[in-house]
Amino acid sequence: MTLSGELATGKVKNIKVNLDKCNACRACEMACSGFHAKPQFGSFNPARSRIRVVMDMLNDEYVPVRATDYAKAACAGRRTYMINGKEYSECSFCGNVCPIRDLFKEPDSGLPLKCDMCAGEELPLCVQVCRREALTYEEIDEVQIEVKADEMETGIKALIDKFGPQKVSDTFNRMTKKD
Amino acid sequence: MRYAEAGYDLEVDLTVENIERVETDPKLTELHLGGQGLAAKIIFDRVGPEVDPFSPENLLIFSTCLFHATPVVGANRTIVNSISPQTGLFAHSIMGGWFGPELKHAGYDRIIVRGRADDLVYLWIHNDKVEIRDATHLRGKGVQETAALIRKELKEPNAQVAAVGLAGENRVYTASIEHGWSSASRGVGAVMGDKRLKAVVIRGTKDVNVARPAELWTLTQQMRVEMGDSKDIGDWMATDEDDSFHHNHFSWGNSRNRRKDFWSEELEKRWYNLKYDHMDRQIGCYNCPKACINVISYPGRRRFGYKCFGKDTYHMAAFKELDFSYEILGVAQEYGFDSYSTPQVIAFGIELYDAGILTDKDMPDFPDDPGDRTWYLLEKIVRREGIGDVLANGVYWAARQIGNGAEAYDHNTMKKFEQVPIKLGRVNPAYFLMFATGEKINITQIEGSFPQDPLPTREEREEFVNKWVAPPDDRFKEWFLNWEKRHEISNEAVCAIVDWNEAMHYLDDSLGICAFVSSFRGQFGGGIPYHIHNLPHLIELATGLEFDKEKLWQVFQRNRNLVRAINVRRGMRRADERPPENHWALRDEEYEQKLLTDYYTFKGWNEQGIPTKECLDSLGLEYVSEDLLVRGILTEGETSLPKKQQRKRAPVKKESSTKRPRRKKATAADTGELNEELMAGGVDSERRISNGKS
Repeated sequence: MTLSGELATGKVKNIKVNLDKCNACRACEMACSGFHAKPQFGSFNPARSRIRVVMDMLNDEYVPVRATDYAKAACAGRRTYMINGKEYSECSFCGNVCPIRDLFKEPDSGLPLKCDMCAGEELPLCVQVCRREALTYEEIDEVQIEVKADEMETGIKALIDKFGPQKVSDTFNRMTKKD
Repeated sequence: MRYAEAGYDLEVDLTVENIERVETDPKLTELHLGGQGLAAKIIFDRVGPEVDPFSPENLLIFSTCLFHATPVVGANRTIVNSISPQTGLFAHSIMGGWFGPELKHAGYDRIIVRGRADDLVYLWIHNDKVEIRDATHLRGKGVQETAALIRKELKEPNAQVAAVGLAGENRVYTASIEHGWSSASRGVGAVMGDKRLKAVVIRGTKDVNVARPAELWTLTQQMRVEMGDSKDIGDWMATDEDDSFHHNHFSWGNSRNRRKDFWSEELEKRWYNLKYDHMDRQIGCYNCPKACINVISYPGRRRFGYKCFGKDTYHMAAFKELDFSYEILGVAQEYGFDSYSTPQVIAFGIELYDAGILTDKDMPDFPDDPGDRTWYLLEKIVRREGIGDVLANGVYWAARQIGNGAEAYDHNTMKKFEQVPIKLGRVNPAYFLMFATGEKINITQIEGSFPQDPLPTREEREEFVNKWVAPPDDRFKEWFLNWEKRHEISNEAVCAIVDWNEAMHYLDDSLGICAFVSSFRGQFGGGIPYHIHNLPHLIELATGLEFDKEKLWQVFQRNRNLVRAINVRRGMRRADERPPENHWALRDEEYEQKLLTDYYTFKGWNEQGIPTKECLDSLGLEYVSEDLLVRGILTEGETSLPKKQQRKRAPVKKESSTKRPRRKKATAADTGELNEELMAGGVDSERRISNGKS
């Protein structure tokens, strides 16, 4: 964190989804479930996957969706979208663990599943097994925060003038000390 | 813990509405692997030769295979078996998609359906909850429509559905069972309709375990990457629009005319545009990196998907172009029609009309245009209306029912089943054997490992052989190196080649691997990821069972001979193993019959093509040889016991109240025709059998 008007940036992992390239093989589901199994890859179960391909064959709809957050209730008034002659419901793109569907929950316990992008692996497993490039890995820039340091500098300077740098430093340390 | 398997069968009796979960014997997995192999044993054990295919006693078995739900790439073929009403023989059927893996995740290795429901029902399987549900509201509905409605009413958008359409409901012999954009045919659609089973619906959320996780994952992931990149596997027709192969060399109409100069650049460009203007995407099946199925949205038609030759069969039968197929496929698939045999039956009907054997009385208001005629007959057949009721029984039975010279137009069936429409010049030895003896009934189900044609120069052959990994041993490489003219190849080589072709199919059928990445595809290019050298290791990693090449080859032989035994018990003999006289322009009866005899010997079969006791017993099939002996199908001559130790032939076992004609002792003079009384009349034969009168 700088004290001048510099920009703060960071990198965030993301899995990019290209709907047009999905061939509905669902290897992503199989791989995800296997990766998170104990022993690793010892069992497979797409119902335990953190990524699911929402499918409607008649509508030619194949949407790989990754789990996001836990939602206590379903959305009221779910919208539909017409895209190129195909009708998608809002749910098709939603990654929430939601009471009205069985996606992203352990099938036996009902506990929510969380996508951690296979932390520790070079590439998330779903990306590794997708040979159609429907799922690709990318790092995107975090939202940039402009740090307005001027206000803070003025305030701290005033405190140092009044109490001296040592006292300000001690007080700051005491307040930010974690128990 | 059972590895790779669920460990349970689901036994469903539709007559009394009984459902049972039965634990399976792991020993059987080691002997048969699963899929078609184990289904053949079940049918041998439980469906006697006197059982009419349309009787409640016939079984309809949906099987997963050993590799389903494991990471093995391309393991997604669900197997459906029964006894076919058209052939009277073992019905072999496969469909792609996601059904088998879902079934295994629901906790079952197979669904064994017997009996017949009072009225239309569907089977709903959700892990441990299994229900037989009313389907009368789905009567007459198309297959995709049915799937969508069922998912909605069950509130299960992720359920997998396999359904019959109107064709299956009406027991049309060429009806299919449709799942996703995949299809299972060759008799099983009619049986499913006969049992009044509209659909099987599955949702499975249980784990499937594998024995050696890290090794299996590493190996399959490596294969997945290679297979994804490989041009040597999957359907080349999905991306290569040059289809001169089929259009110039296969036969049009009722397998009648070859049009050697049909294909042109102009046509290819036009058809390319037609396809890509209407194609939504290409999709594949569970856990496969390929995308073989083309999904088409044609104006005014429901969306449909097709692959490979399936796009050509209708327009080639009707002497039309691709747009005709695109018009009709959406409708035909919704009806649940097999796209290989149905156009052949229709073309046969048209030919009979043109020959004056069928008249305006049989086809009132029959149009003039062959495309319109195709539509006309399609609509009649699906409803079994008028002439449709006769044609719905397939070319062989329709010809005999129509009579009046119609039999002469039945020139492309084998074992009463419509073959792919191709009639070439000089008899091809390997293809002669494959057409003659293949019991999966279709040539695409037996060919595929050894190339169809020799390469012109020695250098090219050497180059091919040097990177050819798949052959079981070096003899195949030697044969290929020295192969210059297609028909100039030793009997010894042909027998081994056909046997190898067949072996890979039978193994795929029990492991669940798609032939397009295995047993069918190797013949084109040779670069196939699955072969006899790596399959045993994959089995070990998935199941923990010890396997090697020899043991795996034995599984093939065991499963193969079981299928043979079922068919032989139902009356199949050497005389049934004859391609039609005009199948090649240039024949050689003496050579062909010598080759057939050599092949029988090679396989361990006698002069009539019946597996000998020695052959069966060496595979642990003593219960099969015992049965064939008791029935008089095998005689004392076929045992290896010294003459004085051989039993006198036991009397024919008394079956239930159904009176069967006395089984003749199998002799060389046996004509081998299936008992015509059992099969004549197709749908009406059941009446004759069940009331006990012969």
